[in-house]
Amino acid sequence: MSSADVTSERDLPPERATVTKGDLAPEQDGPRDSGMDDASLHRWLARTWRTPPGIVGALSSVDHKVIARRYLITAFVFLCLGGLNAVAMRIQLSGPQRGLIGPDLYNQLFTMHGVTMMFLFAVPIVQAAGIYLVPLMVGTRNIAFPRLNAFGYWIYVSGGAFVWISFLLNMAPDVGWFAYVPLSGPEFSPGKRADVWAQMITYTEVSSLALAVATIVTVFKQRAPGMSLDKIPLFVWALLVTSFVVVFAMPAVMITSTFLILDRLVGTHIFNPAEGGDALLFQHLFWFFGHPEVYIIFLPATGMVSSIIPAFARRPTFGHLGLVLSLIAVGFLSFGLWVHHMFATGLPKLGASFFTASSMLIAIPNGVQIFCWLATLWDGRPVIRTPLLFVFGFFFMFVIGGLTGVMLASVPLDLQVHDTYFVVAHFHYVLIGGSVFPLLGAAYFWFPKITGRMMSERLGRWHFGLAFIGFNAAFFPMHLVGLWGMPRRVYTYPAELGWGNINLFISTGAVLFFLSFVLFTFNLIHGALKGAPAGDNPWDAGTLEWATSSPPPSYNFRRIPVVTNVEPLWAEREALPVATGLRVDVRELLVSTVAEAYPDIREKSATPSIWPLLAAIAVGGTFLYSIFTPWAIVWGAVPIAVTLVGWFWPKGDPEDEQ
Amino acid sequence: MKRPALTGFAMACVLFLQGCAGWQSALDPKGPAANELAWLIWFFTALCALIWVLVMIALAAPLLMRPRAPSEPLVLNAGAEHRKLRVVLIAVAMTVSVVVGLTLLSFFANRTLAAIGSGAALTIRVTGHQWWWEVRYEDATPNRILTTANEIHIPAGEPVRLLLTSTDVIHSFWVPSLSGKLDLIPGRINVLDIKADKPGVYRGQCAEFCGAQHANMGTFIIAEPRARFDAWWNDQLRPARSPASGEAKTGEDLFLHRPCVMCHRIGGTPAGGTVAPDLTHIASRRTLAAGTLTMSRGNLAAWIADPQGVKPGAHMPVMELNGDELNAIVAYLEGLK
Repeated sequence: MSSADVTSERDLPPERATVTKGDLAPEQDGPRDSGMDDASLHRWLARTWRTPPGIVGALSSVDHKVIARRYLITAFVFLCLGGLNAVAMRIQLSGPQRGLIGPDLYNQLFTMHGVTMMFLFAVPIVQAAGIYLVPLMVGTRNIAFPRLNAFGYWIYVSGGAFVWISFLLNMAPDVGWFAYVPLSGPEFSPGKRADVWAQMITYTEVSSLALAVATIVTVFKQRAPGMSLDKIPLFVWALLVTSFVVVFAMPAVMITSTFLILDRLVGTHIFNPAEGGDALLFQHLFWFFGHPEVYIIFLPATGMVSSIIPAFARRPTFGHLGLVLSLIAVGFLSFGLWVHHMFATGLPKLGASFFTASSMLIAIPNGVQIFCWLATLWDGRPVIRTPLLFVFGFFFMFVIGGLTGVMLASVPLDLQVHDTYFVVAHFHYVLIGGSVFPLLGAAYFWFPKITGRMMSERLGRWHFGLAFIGFNAAFFPMHLVGLWGMPRRVYTYPAELGWGNINLFISTGAVLFFLSFVLFTFNLIHGALKGAPAGDNPWDAGTLEWATSSPPPSYNFRRIPVVTNVEPLWAEREALPVATGLRVDVRELLVSTVAEAYPDIREKSATPSIWPLLAAIAVGGTFLYSIFTPWAIVWGAVPIAVTLVGWFWPKGDPEDEQ
Repeated sequence: MKRPALTGFAMACVLFLQGCAGWQSALDPKGPAANELAWLIWFFTALCALIWVLVMIALAAPLLMRPRAPSEPLVLNAGAEHRKLRVVLIAVAMTVSVVVGLTLLSFFANRTLAAIGSGAALTIRVTGHQWWWEVRYEDATPNRILTTANEIHIPAGEPVRLLLTSTDVIHSFWVPSLSGKLDLIPGRINVLDIKADKPGVYRGQCAEFCGAQHANMGTFIIAEPRARFDAWWNDQLRPARSPASGEAKTGEDLFLHRPCVMCHRIGGTPAGGTVAPDLTHIASRRTLAAGTLTMSRGNLAAWIADPQGVKPGAHMPVMELNGDELNAIVAYLEGLK
C-alpha cells in the first residue's frame, strides 16, 4: 500500500487535496498520470490493464467488465433454458389429463424451472449487472478482489453446468426448488437427484457470496473522491444493500443444504422426526434465506428503476434520501417475514399473526419507493423510450404483485391461497413484474454502454408490447384458477374441475411471453452487430458510467473523476474534475474513506491469473465428487490447497515483502 | 397494444364467471370458515384493486402533461418539490393506515375462524400417505373406531375436528369450499376444525408437493344429515360381505393368496395389511386411487391390471394376473359394498 498523493482540482479539504509522498522510496515509484497527455496516458493504461491475449489470457481475465459480460450472457442462456422448462410445463397443463409429460419428468421440469430461474438466472444476473456497473458508477478502475470475482464466475458456471447436465442424464432434482424434507430425505428420495439440488445450492451460494463481498468492498473503499455517502447513486446503494442481504441470508441456505447432504450421505438425522430430528426446522432455515432471496432479486431492480427514471424524466430522483432509507429498511425487514411461507404448517396463531404484521410492514418502505418514483415523473411528460416503457410495465405489474403479497401476508387468507396458482401468479408478478421488467429496461438502457451500439427502438417497442400482453395473459388468470382450487406443482388435473379453458388461455399467454424473448434475443444480436453507434452518453444521463467511452476501456477512466453531485455529469457540463497521481505502469487504484470518500491510499489491484479458474475446477470437482462419498472432502482438500497456494503465492512485490 | 389487453381482460372475466361455481373453489363457500374467508378475499381484493387504480392514475398523469421545459435537469422548482413531498407523505400515511387496518382485520378473522370448532363432538384422524388419505373415526368405544380411506363422511351442520398427521412426507389437507388448508407433518398433529352448512359432496386435494403423484391425491368430504351419517358409520363397522358368487369367491381366494394381503385390510378376512387403503367397503366409495378414477367395474380392473399406467409412481405394484384371475378379483371387490 502506498499512501495517497493524489491531486484533485477541488472540493477536497486542503489537508487532503495533496498528500505528500508516502513511505516508498522514489526509485521504486513509476510514472504517474499527473501531467501526462491523454494519448500517452491511454497507451500506458491500456498496456497495464489489458486482458492478456489468447485462450489462456481470456481464461485469466480479472477485468470486472469481461467477467460481468460472461455472467450476463450465461445467466441469459439459463433464462432461456428455464423458459423452455416453463413452456413444456404449460403445454402439459394446457388441457386436463394430457399425457405429453409424465409426473417423473414434470416434477423435474418444475424443479429445474425454479432452480434455474432463482439460482442460475435471477440472482446471478442482478449481481452481474452490479459487478459491471458498480465500479463504473463509483469511478474506479476495477472491482475489489478481482480474482475472487473471476473465481465466483467459474464456480457459478460449473454449478449451472452440473445441474443441467444432471437434467440431461435424467437425474435432475424432482423435489421442488425448496426441496422440503422428508420428501428430499434419504428415505423418500433415493438416488442422487436430491443431492444434485443440495450441491447446486453450494456452488451458486459460494459464487454469490464472492460477488457480494467484492461489491461491498468496492462500494465502501473505492469510490471516487467526493462521492460521500449522500452522493452514491441509488443503483449502487441497491447493490450494496443486496450484497449485505446476500452475506446474511446465503449462509442459512448453505446450512440447510449441508444438513440435508449430511442426512443423506452420512446418515445424520437432523431432519428425521423418527430419530429426534425435525422436519419443520428445514423450512425455517430455508425460508430464512428464501424470503430475503426475493429481495436479493428485487432490490437491484429498484436500483435500475431509480437509474432509468431520472434519465427520462430529465431530473434527479425525488426523495433520494427516502429511497436510500427504504432500501435499507427493506433489507432489514426482509429477514423478519420468513414465516409467512409456513402459515399452513400449523404454527401457534398469535405467533403467526406477528408475522402477518411484519409482512405487511414491508409494504411501507416499498410504498415509499413507488411514491418517490411517481413524484419524480410528475414534472412533465417524460421522454418515452423503451427502457421507460419497461419501467411503466414494472409499475403496472409490480403493484399488483405487491398488493397480492399483502393478501398473502394475512394468515387466514393465506390458508386458502397458499400453494395454489394464486401464489404462482403473485410471485411471478413480483419477480417478473418487479425484477425482470426492470432488467429488460436496464438491458435497453445500458446496452449502448456495454457494446457501444444502440438497440432498435422500434423492435424494443414491439418487444415491450408482446412481453406485456404475453405476461399478463399468462399470469393474471392464474389468480383465478388458484382461487378455484387448483394447487401448484400438479402435473395434471381432472376434467370435471373445469380448469381446462383457463389453462389453455394461460398456456397461450405463456407462449406469447416466450416469443417476446425470442424477439428480444434478435434485438440484442441485431443491436450488437448493426446498431447505430451510441456515443458516450446516448440518454444524457447523469451518473459516472456515462462519463467514459462506450464500451469502456479496460481501465474504465483515464483519470479518476471527482464527484460533486449525485448526478455528476449534470452538475459538471463542461468537464468532470479529476484526481491524478495514480501510477500508470502497474495496476493501481485509489482507495478512499468510507463515509466522505476522501482519497486515502493507493492500492495495487490484482493482475490476471489462471489460478482462480484452477481453484474453481478443484472446488467444483470436490463438490461434485462429494455427492457420492464423504471422502471427497478429504481428497478434494489437496487440489484445493494446491490451487489456493498458487493463487496467493507472493509475487515479490515490495508490498508483499513488507 | 391497448386493444388485445382489453380483449384479454374481457376473456378473463368470462372465464371467471364460468368457473366461479365449482365443488373445489374458495369462491364457492359451503361452510362458515370458507364463508368468512371468501368475504375476506373479496374485501382485500376490492381494496387492493382500488389502490392499484389510484397508483395507475398517478402513473398515467405525467403522460398527459406537457414535456418538462428543456432546462438543465438539476434546476428544480422548490415550490413544486415541496408540494410533492406533502403528497408523498400523505400517501405514506395512507399506506400505514391501510396496513394497520388489514393486519387487525386479519387478526380478528383468524379469531373468528378459531371459534368455529368449539364444541366439536366428532374427531377424525386423517393420516397422509403417498398418495392417499387414511381416515380414522375416533370413538370412546374401541369397537366403534372405524378406518376407511380417501372419503370423509361428516354430519352436516356440525363442527368436526380433524387431527392431521402423516407417516411419510408432508402433505396438506385442503377442501376449499369448507376451509383453508393445513399441513400433515410427520411427527406432529395439526388440528383443523371444519363444518359444512348443508349436505353435499366437497372435493379437496393435497396442497403440499408430496412426490410423484401429488396431483392425484384427491379427497371428498361427504356431508350428510346426522341420521344418515350415523347409519353410514354403523354400516361401515360391519365386516366385509362374503362373496355372493362363485367367481367372487375365487376372487377372495386369489386376494388372500396373492401379495394383496401384504398391504390391504379387508375386515372379517385374514387380510390385515395397513400400509395401503382399507378395502372392507371399497365398493361403497365414489372413487379409486384417491380420486383418480371413478368407481366402476372397468376402472377397478384397469387399476388392478395396470396401476403404474393409471398413477405412475404409485406404490401399488403390478400383479401378474391372467384375465380370469383379474375378473375374479374385480368381482370380489365389486361386492364389497
